[in-house]
Amino acid sequence: MGKFLHAFFSPLGFRHAVPQVWDGFQTNIKLMVIAEILVLFFALGFAIVRGLPGRATWPLRVLAVAYTDFFRGTPLILVAYVWGLGIPAIHAGIISNQSLFTYGVISLTLVYTAYVTEVYRAGIESVHPSQRMAARSLGLTYAQTLRYVVLPQAIRRVVPPLLNDFIGLQKDTAIITVIGVTEALAQAGFYSSDYFLYVGYTVAAVFFVILTIPFARFTDRLIKQRELRERAQLV
Amino acid sequence: MNSANGHFVILDGVTKRFDELTVLQGIDLTVDLHQVVCLIGSSGSGKSTLLRCVNLLEVVDEGTIVVDGETITNGDADVNALRRKIGIVFQAFNLFPHMTVMQNITLAPRKARGFSKEEAHSLARELLGRIGLLDKADEYPDRLSGGQQQRVAIARALAMNPTLMLLDEITSALDPQLVSEVLSLVRELANTGMTMIIATHEMSFAREVADKVCFLDGGVILEEGTPEQIFSAPTEERTREFLARIIEAGRL
Repeated sequence: MGKFLHAFFSPLGFRHAVPQVWDGFQTNIKLMVIAEILVLFFALGFAIVRGLPGRATWPLRVLAVAYTDFFRGTPLILVAYVWGLGIPAIHAGIISNQSLFTYGVISLTLVYTAYVTEVYRAGIESVHPSQRMAARSLGLTYAQTLRYVVLPQAIRRVVPPLLNDFIGLQKDTAIITVIGVTEALAQAGFYSSDYFLYVGYTVAAVFFVILTIPFARFTDRLIKQRELRERAQLV
Repeated sequence: MNSANGHFVILDGVTKRFDELTVLQGIDLTVDLHQVVCLIGSSGSGKSTLLRCVNLLEVVDEGTIVVDGETITNGDADVNALRRKIGIVFQAFNLFPHMTVMQNITLAPRKARGFSKEEAHSLARELLGRIGLLDKADEYPDRLSGGQQQRVAIARALAMNPTLMLLDEITSALDPQLVSEVLSLVRELANTGMTMIIATHEMSFAREVADKVCFLDGGVILEEGTPEQIFSAPTEERTREFLARIIEAGRL
């Protein structure tokens, strides 16, 4: 027991490990923020494409389905290896000359866009067809209906599952360590091999948890505020 | 304004099928400008589908529909332009729940009519004043009663300045005590000369406002005529049966 406490919770080790792991954790935050913004953007695009009407758009729809099927089924660690190790090795000009950080962002974005596309799609499909009908009957175009009537309702419905996926993404930034990006987990590893203490991992865990909690509370509050504003007061 | 033979809306042999089920079977109907036509008949007789065909929310399988001199069923009609001049109000209101009353009414004028925010707002205030709900402008629909929501839905349709209004059983989802506030608004519209096609179960209302009443049964217009003819001296056996059932239910 004493050994265990010492290895994972040594107070002195804690003090040393915090700055070092924090150094790496900033990279996790950057990976997360950039990937999340890209994911939000691309996933919305794919979800819209999947819902396009008409026969002429079927090749686009097929592409979008193929994309989500493929990247939802592929482990992130594999995608990261392909980009972080494979792509630079083939010397394919500009695409092989990016930083490891960039390959990390690409890997996270590719995989999580596939998940989030499905989340958006579920949200879009949950908006009752009568809402589209009402909007179209007022003379709004397909695009205007989507923009002003369907998407605002769809997106607010999927905020909780979206948040869930983003917590997943936050944690998975640690996987990017395998291609050599020096993030929190890598720093924790350096620390443990330098001092034979595992406190670094504890610190990294605490950082990850601390990051997700306010995020979750914020979303709870957002949902509650909207409900108060729009729902009828209970008499 | 009118088409060559004087009718504002002409349905000629309109047939609509959903898979195996034929919902409309060779419907012929004309509506003149400033006329109020009421469609009556039991649920499933095709009233709603007929209305939806007129603004192309449903695509007809056979037959033609002419609105304001323009054939809309030949596939190259400008759907959005057509819908801008036809307002439709639904049984379930279908207000946008994420928008305030004001936003519900101003959305289409701003996006489809190109109104500025100020123009759209002053139009909306005028309409809200007319329906007596100016004080509800900043409320969300879920906070209004059913009758209030339906009046807002009517105002939303009117904000596009339509030449034709389609009302699809707009009081059927309302508590009985809320029906009259909606009907009096429709009555006022009729008095101002609005052209309307109204699917309804409110027989006394139909009798009062309609210039023409059509009895639909099994996807065909079985009988049509003035309210007097249909309600007092129906010639078809099915019409008599239908009206007898309505009287039994205390709705005439």
